[in-house]
Amino acid sequence: MIFNIPFIAVVAMIFIGLYAVLFKRNLVKMVIGIIIIESGVNLFLITLGYRWFGENGGVVPIFTNAPSEAINNAPESMVLPVPQALTLTSIVIGVAVLALMLSLVMHIYKQYGTLDVRKIRRLKE
Amino acid sequence: MNFLEFTPALIVAIPLFGAFLTPIISKINEKARNIFAILILLITSCLVFILTQDVFANGPRTYIFGDSNLALPVVRILFEVDGLSMFMAIISITLALLGVIYSWSFMKENDGLDKYYTLVLLLVAGMLGMEFTGDLFNFFVFLEISCITSCALIAFYINKGESLEAAFKYIVISAIGALFVLFAVGLFYAQYNALNMATIASVLQFGFLDKIALILLIAALGMKAGLAPMHMWLPDSYGEAPTSVTFILIAATQASLYGVLRILFTIYGNAFTNIEFVFSSAIIHWFIIGLALITILIGVLMALIQTDFKRLIAFAAVAEIGYIFLGIGVGLTSLGVGYGKTALEGGVFHIMNDAFDIGLLFLIAGAVYYATKETSLNKMGGLARNMKYTAVFFIVGLLAVSGLPPFNGFVSKLLIYESTYQLNPIIAIIAILASILLLAIFVKVFYSVFMGPELPNLKDVKEVPKSMLVAMGAIVVIIIIFGLFPNLIINNIVQPATNALVNSSSYISKVLSVVV
Repeated sequence: MIFNIPFIAVVAMIFIGLYAVLFKRNLVKMVIGIIIIESGVNLFLITLGYRWFGENGGVVPIFTNAPSEAINNAPESMVLPVPQALTLTSIVIGVAVLALMLSLVMHIYKQYGTLDVRKIRRLKE
Repeated sequence: MNFLEFTPALIVAIPLFGAFLTPIISKINEKARNIFAILILLITSCLVFILTQDVFANGPRTYIFGDSNLALPVVRILFEVDGLSMFMAIISITLALLGVIYSWSFMKENDGLDKYYTLVLLLVAGMLGMEFTGDLFNFFVFLEISCITSCALIAFYINKGESLEAAFKYIVISAIGALFVLFAVGLFYAQYNALNMATIASVLQFGFLDKIALILLIAALGMKAGLAPMHMWLPDSYGEAPTSVTFILIAATQASLYGVLRILFTIYGNAFTNIEFVFSSAIIHWFIIGLALITILIGVLMALIQTDFKRLIAFAAVAEIGYIFLGIGVGLTSLGVGYGKTALEGGVFHIMNDAFDIGLLFLIAGAVYYATKETSLNKMGGLARNMKYTAVFFIVGLLAVSGLPPFNGFVSKLLIYESTYQLNPIIAIIAILASILLLAIFVKVFYSVFMGPELPNLKDVKEVPKSMLVAMGAIVVIIIIFGLFPNLIINNIVQPATNALVNSSSYISKVLSVVV
């Protein structure tokens, strides 16, 4: 059960984020919702790569620097490095998207004088 | 031979390199910058052309980044190109090249153009990367590159509230879509410890998690391609972006379409042809056909009531996306049967025709806007007197987009109708009726823009500058050639692409032989 808590957190974060994007009226809150979804997905990737080694948790994935008992007894207890690389890339991309979204929100505020999505409706149906 | 090995990487690297060189070049002067952008895209299109010939003759080609002797099979970053990738690359690079030529005069009066050209080249690198990559995580990265750049380009007229609104809508949709793609990548990695598409395809179990991943991927990429329930961002961003950007955005949308094809036919290809999963996968096929029909109807019916020139064409573009998905869906339902292949050919050929037909109409809308500074159809009229070439081009575009004989739209739409009729006549009838409606809409537009009495405020309208005429004329020539010699195009360009789709095993085995 305790191993499933991160996955439950991931699903909860994604749904909280989707709720914020779909139902919040404020543009900044929508942006925060997207960032919560992104953190959920990043947490998912990190959790995928995590491995358990007895009571002590995972072992750092550096072969030359790992404790010898981990290498000899349970090499599979090493944390996977690939998801960590993926997460780093995804965080960097997330920052770029966040910056772009916030600058758009800023310019929208300049043009419309409000952040309420109900009032930002100049586009026709 | 040695040179060909590096071309897949070079085709993505040259626009990327050019993008970051553009701000420096634009310090010299504006003309040098425009020539530089066109030159970069010309070199890239030459490389695409060379690589296409090789891939069509010798089968898929891979390029592995980094040391080739490293013994780390599953985590290598690799590009893989096959017939379908090259087919999409031809469309993307042609649209990008013509779009940049068009924007020489079209964007002349705006400032901030060094950023504009940088973003356009980055967008080209992003979409070519999506089409060439053999790795799902890289696909996500290139998807995000194309999202960010196209969003920034949609918001180019930053002093207009509407374009900011459209850009915000677009970035929300594509950020969530891209995160869904990343989540699906995580699901694959959790089960198979692999990231590249061919390895995943060869070990795919089609279990519960794979079904979730399939739904996430199709939902996210279908959303970015403009499939029905989530099409609403498309008219907004197509309508509000500068016309030359809209033209290139068509190619970016179709790169997402390529993602749908790659996932359905390569990654899940084995699962769909396996007899045990026929029941569960048949639901997906009918789902796609249903969504395609809804897309066609929504696109056509919404186009009927538009008064803004570009928004009207954008809704027609939604309808055309529906036709492509109809062809793909019918092809999936009857993959082994004779007409299934016809449907697939029609769908794939229609990707190309949609890009050129809708693209031409957008360029004409841009030309009309350039000449009159008007976007509302109600305030235009009698333009054929002063803009003869544009009027003729519009006739070609409207006939091609509604699928009338001497032009290219007819060929692909006929293939789709033919095969759909054999699956279910009612679907074919709906599709044909929608096409007729499309013709009616565009005849109305032609009449209200180019015909009728001369309006007093539009008396001294002039024909648009040469670079815009060259771009439009080139597409008209392509449309007419495609319409007159459909067999030539289908045999030489479309069939390698559909063969690559149907026989995914050659794509998979190529990577497995290189990597493992």
